[in-house]
Amino acid sequence: MSEIKEVMINSDRLATDEYLVNMGPQHPSTHGVLRMLVKLEGEKVLNIQPHIGYIHSGIEKMCEAISYPQIIHLTDRMDYLSAHMNNEAVALCVENALQVEVPDRVKYIRTIMDELARLASHQLWWCVMGMDLGALTTFFYGLRDREMILDIFEETCGARLTVNYNLPGGLMFDIHPNFQKRVKDFITYFRTKLPEYDQLLSGNVIFRERTEGIGHLSLSDAIAYGVTGPSGRASGFSNDLRKHQPYSAYPLVKFNEIIDHRCDTLARYEVRMKEMHESLSIIEQLIDNIPEGDYAVKMKSVIKLPEGEFYQRVETARGEFGVYIVSDGKKNPYRVKFRSPGFSNLFALNKMAKGHKIADLVAIMSTLDLVIPDIDR
Amino acid sequence: MTHDELKTYLIDKFPSAEIALGAQYVQMIVSSVDLHQTAASLKNSKDTSFDYLICLSGVDYPEYMEVVYHLESVDLHHVMVLKVRTSDRLNPAIDTVSDIWIGAKYHEREVYDLLGVHFNNHTDLRRLFLEDGWGFPLRKDYVDEIRIVER
Repeated sequence: MSEIKEVMINSDRLATDEYLVNMGPQHPSTHGVLRMLVKLEGEKVLNIQPHIGYIHSGIEKMCEAISYPQIIHLTDRMDYLSAHMNNEAVALCVENALQVEVPDRVKYIRTIMDELARLASHQLWWCVMGMDLGALTTFFYGLRDREMILDIFEETCGARLTVNYNLPGGLMFDIHPNFQKRVKDFITYFRTKLPEYDQLLSGNVIFRERTEGIGHLSLSDAIAYGVTGPSGRASGFSNDLRKHQPYSAYPLVKFNEIIDHRCDTLARYEVRMKEMHESLSIIEQLIDNIPEGDYAVKMKSVIKLPEGEFYQRVETARGEFGVYIVSDGKKNPYRVKFRSPGFSNLFALNKMAKGHKIADLVAIMSTLDLVIPDIDR
Repeated sequence: MTHDELKTYLIDKFPSAEIALGAQYVQMIVSSVDLHQTAASLKNSKDTSFDYLICLSGVDYPEYMEVVYHLESVDLHHVMVLKVRTSDRLNPAIDTVSDIWIGAKYHEREVYDLLGVHFNNHTDLRRLFLEDGWGFPLRKDYVDEIRIVER
């Protein structure tokens, strides 16, 4: 009895109780199988330890046994929302290694598809972010508009998510005769819908209270952890590879690299919202000027890369995606390594969420836009 | 710096390293003894300032184990490849660079998990994807009779 009394009087001892909570692997806000061991004091987050590997599929090991065109089919199982950019990274890496120049038509179509994929990914991110913060309406708005892009993908290459549209040397098929019209219809439609997104969520008082000043990630931390993509750019880290190491048709278009210096959750949100406008403008600049020509160059039936090492970086919806191929001159690679953006971004989470409430952790995780197969590979 | 300037600069600064201009980037191979000092100097020197570690990968070769660091300078926009080789293929051990680039901590855990490279002075060297006692699947002599179907 006296012991209980002592505890009740000495409130410090009650307040300092720390405990561990397992968040995941089936938590709805992790959007996949990610487990975080969260150390809490009351509602305050003290430390986060991410545990990954629940869907590690050994893609890098599998790549060592298959040929280069086959690798492309595995890459869109990683970051399925940036499937087209991942495919392009491998295709570009093989083309650069063999010094194959693809026709301009291919470059234009690849860039348009890249930006459509980025828009679809950001739309899904936006609706899921709203849902994580309790605004379920955004989910219906986002998915309604994303459907139009997926329909374009389906008409172009037969798949809605794992597109497999790129090949070393070009594209699988030419675009559908309807492609240009449907893309232009989508741009006109989505231009009217984007302000609706802002009305629904961006200006919402509860939303702003929960995001402003939450999850600070300084520029030096973003660089040290290698946080790239919109999450890094919201910390002022200028890392848009479409600007710094342009590939495909990106050197031909004018667009702004969106950089924010506020470093918080709201900044990461606004960078992605502004990027959607830029993507629309990039597509607009290209869609009417797709040059005539072949949609692929003739490649050998068995593609062998010269001996050596090749690295290709592309900008996906989540950040910098890298393909590192070590070749020994055979038809399958000696070693393949994928530098996935989500992997580096995830581990900065501890830095950002420390000291905030557990509900803020959900908001911060949403703005990192994690795709778990991209992390686990 | 351009690739050629960077190459000349590195040859001048690190005479004991093996430096070559690869197909894409300047490559520098250092011994495992010099690794930590070289990495710190590459990051802290104002001329190079390689503050962003793009990618850290391990490769298993027949005679040695190699760890590859792709580095970029955010301000100066140049990229280089740093490599370190250990002749001990079975029990490779090199120094960690996680105190220089924090993000390397997790990339090193991945390399340890899949290739069994031990990183000295690493604060939290545990397996990342796989269970304890799994073996090192990205090594070329890895055989898993249960889970891999030979074609």
